[in-house]
Amino acid sequence: MFKKYPTVRYVLQRAIWYFLTFLVALSLNFFLPRLGSDPVDIMMAQSSFSSPEIRKQTEENLRKEFGLLVLDKQDSIVRDTVRSIVIDTVVNVVADTVIDEQGNVTLDSLGNVVVSERNETVINKHEKIEINAVKASKFSQLINYIGQVFQGDLGTSFKNQKKVSEIIAQALPWTIALQLPAILFGWIFGNGLGALAAYRRGVFDKVIFPLALLMSSIPFFVFGMVLVYFFGVVWDIFPAVGAYSLELTPGFSLDFILSIGYHYILPFFSIFLILAGGQAIGMRSMGIYELGTDYIKYAKWLGLKESRVLVYLFRNAMLPQLTGLALSIGQMVGGALITEMIFSYPGLGMAMLTAIQTNDYPVIQGVTLLITTSVLLANFTVDILIALLDPRVKQSLSMDAK
Amino acid sequence: MFKLLKNLIKEPMFVIGSVLFLTTILAGLFGPFLYVSMPEGATYEAPSATYLLGTDNLGQDYVALLLKGLQNSLYVGFMAGIIATTVGTLIGLFGGFKGGIVDDILNMFTNLFIVIPSFVVLVLVSASWPEGRSLTLIAVLIGLTTWPWTARSVRAQAASLRGRDHISLARINGATNLEIIFKHILPYLASYVFMVFIMQVASGILSESAISMIGLGPIGEGSTSLGVILNTAKNNSAITDGYWWGIFPAAIVITMIVFALYLLNNSMEGVFNPRLRK
Repeated sequence: MFKKYPTVRYVLQRAIWYFLTFLVALSLNFFLPRLGSDPVDIMMAQSSFSSPEIRKQTEENLRKEFGLLVLDKQDSIVRDTVRSIVIDTVVNVVADTVIDEQGNVTLDSLGNVVVSERNETVINKHEKIEINAVKASKFSQLINYIGQVFQGDLGTSFKNQKKVSEIIAQALPWTIALQLPAILFGWIFGNGLGALAAYRRGVFDKVIFPLALLMSSIPFFVFGMVLVYFFGVVWDIFPAVGAYSLELTPGFSLDFILSIGYHYILPFFSIFLILAGGQAIGMRSMGIYELGTDYIKYAKWLGLKESRVLVYLFRNAMLPQLTGLALSIGQMVGGALITEMIFSYPGLGMAMLTAIQTNDYPVIQGVTLLITTSVLLANFTVDILIALLDPRVKQSLSMDAK
Repeated sequence: MFKLLKNLIKEPMFVIGSVLFLTTILAGLFGPFLYVSMPEGATYEAPSATYLLGTDNLGQDYVALLLKGLQNSLYVGFMAGIIATTVGTLIGLFGGFKGGIVDDILNMFTNLFIVIPSFVVLVLVSASWPEGRSLTLIAVLIGLTTWPWTARSVRAQAASLRGRDHISLARINGATNLEIIFKHILPYLASYVFMVFIMQVASGILSESAISMIGLGPIGEGSTSLGVILNTAKNNSAITDGYWWGIFPAAIVITMIVFALYLLNNSMEGVFNPRLRK
C-alpha cells in the first residue's frame, strides 16, 4: 500500500508506531502509581473519619474514582452480597444446687445451699450479610482507564473536586508559552554557536566550548535558583516568583501584558541558556565531523564565501541535531518543569508539584500523561520533518519502497 | 594503552576534569568520616569560623551535610550508572550483533523507552512509594529508566563490527555467540562503553537531584543528597530570604561533579576519535 508515495507510507508507519507507544505509555501511567502501594490505602491512612460507615463510603468513592471497581451502565457501583454463616460459641457458667440421693438440697455446716458450677457451651448460628463493592480485574481496570482517557476524562482531583482536565487546561498555556520558545530558540542559538565554534576553532572555540560545557553541566533548576537569587533578591531587578503581578487582575490590559513579559524573562533565560549550552556541544562535534568531508573541502577550494560554506555546514550538521532534539525533548521538558517550580510559574510543573505534595494522584497521573503525550507528538513531528528535509532519508525511503 | 594515557594527559580538559573528579570522589568517600560535625546552632547562621558554610533551617552544620550529601549523590550516580550501562550494553550488544528479529524486537523496546520520558516514569513510581524511598531504590529506578541511551549507541557500534573479518574467522573456528560478543566485540567497544558509563553517572546524579527537587527524592535518616539539600533550602525559602549559603555550595558541588565528568568524557572523545583532534 502507498508504494508510490513513500513519504505518505513513512508518515503512516510512524503514526502507527507512535500510537502503539502511546498505548504502552498509557499502561505505564496506569500501572506505575499502583506499583509501590495502593494509592487509595495511602490516602485513607492520611485522613481520619468520624464513623466506620463514612470511612467505608469515602474509600469506595476513591476506589470508584480510580477505576478499581466494577460499575454498571448508570455508573454506579455494582455490589455483591456476601452471605456467610457466623458461628459464635458462648460459654455460660451454670450453677446447680447439689442434690443428695434423697432428693434434698445439700446444705453445708453453716446452713447455706451447696452449689456446684459447670460450664455449658452454647452454639449460636446466625447469618451475616455484607454488601461489598465488586473489585474490577486489573485488565478491565486498564481498559476502563484507556477508554476514559480517550473520552478526555482524566478523573477528578481529590483535593478540590475540580476536574483534572480543567486543572491542566489552566496550567498548559503557561507551560507552552514558556517552554516552546525557550526550547526552540535555545536549540537554534546553541546550534549556531556550536557551528561557529567548529568552523573557527582557535580562540573562539577555546572560550565557547568549555563555557558551553560548563553551562550544560548546570541543572536547569540550579541555574534558575542562581538567577532568582541575584536578579530577583540581591539586585531586585526582576520579579522572583509567579507569572504576573498578583495585584493585577488577569485580562487584556497593557499593564497585565507588560507584567507577564516582565515575569517571563528570568524563567525563559534559565531554560534557554542551559539548553543552548548542551546543543552547542553536540553541534560542535557534528560540525567538526562535517568539516572533514569532501563537499566542504571542495566548497573551500572553489573559493566560496565563508558565510556560504557555513550555511552548507550548518544545514548538513543540523539534521542529526534535529534527531537529537527529538530524543532529548523528554529530558528537556522534565528539567523545564522543575524550573517552573523554582519560579512558582503557574504551569504544569507547579500543578504537578502541588499534586505531589498533597498525594493528589489523579492530577499527578493527568500531568504525566500530558507530558508523555506532548513528548510523543514532538518526536513524531521531528521524525516527519527529518523525512521531508533530509535528502538522505528521503532517498532511503524511496529505495525501501522499490 | 600507555600511549593513550600519554595523549590524554596532554589534554588540559582531561587534567582539569580528573583533578576535579578525584577531589569530589575523595571528599565524598572520606569526608563524612573525617569531618567532625559542629553542634547544632541557630537557624540559618551565616558562614563563620565555627560554621564554615553556615547552618541550615534546623541549625545543622552545612559542611557536614554537604559531605554526606555528596557521598550519597555519588552513590546514586554510580549505582544508576552501573545498572544503566550494564543493561544498555547487554541489550545493545546482543541486538547489534544478532541482527534480524532479535535486533528488531530489542530495538523497538529501546526506542519505546527513549520516547517515553524517564522523568515521568521516575515521578510515577516515586509518588507511589511515599515511605521508605531509600537511596538504593532511587538509584535502581534511575538506572532502569536511563539504559535505552546506552543500548542505542552500543547497538550502532556493535552492528558496525558485525561484518568484520575477525568476527567471521571466530565463527568459522566454532566460537559461540556469547564468546564472540564478549571476546571479540566488547573489547573493541570498551573505550566507548566507558565513555557512555561516565555520561550515565553524570545523568544519574542530575536525575537524582531533579527528582529530589520535586520532593520525591530519598527519605530517611542519613539519606540526604545534594538534591535533597537544595530542595530543603528552597522549601524553607532560603533563596527569597537571601540565605545564599543554603543553595550555592550544593549547587556548585553538583555542577562541579557533572562538569568534571563532561570534561573527562569530551577529552576522551577527542583522543579516541582522531577527527576531533586538531
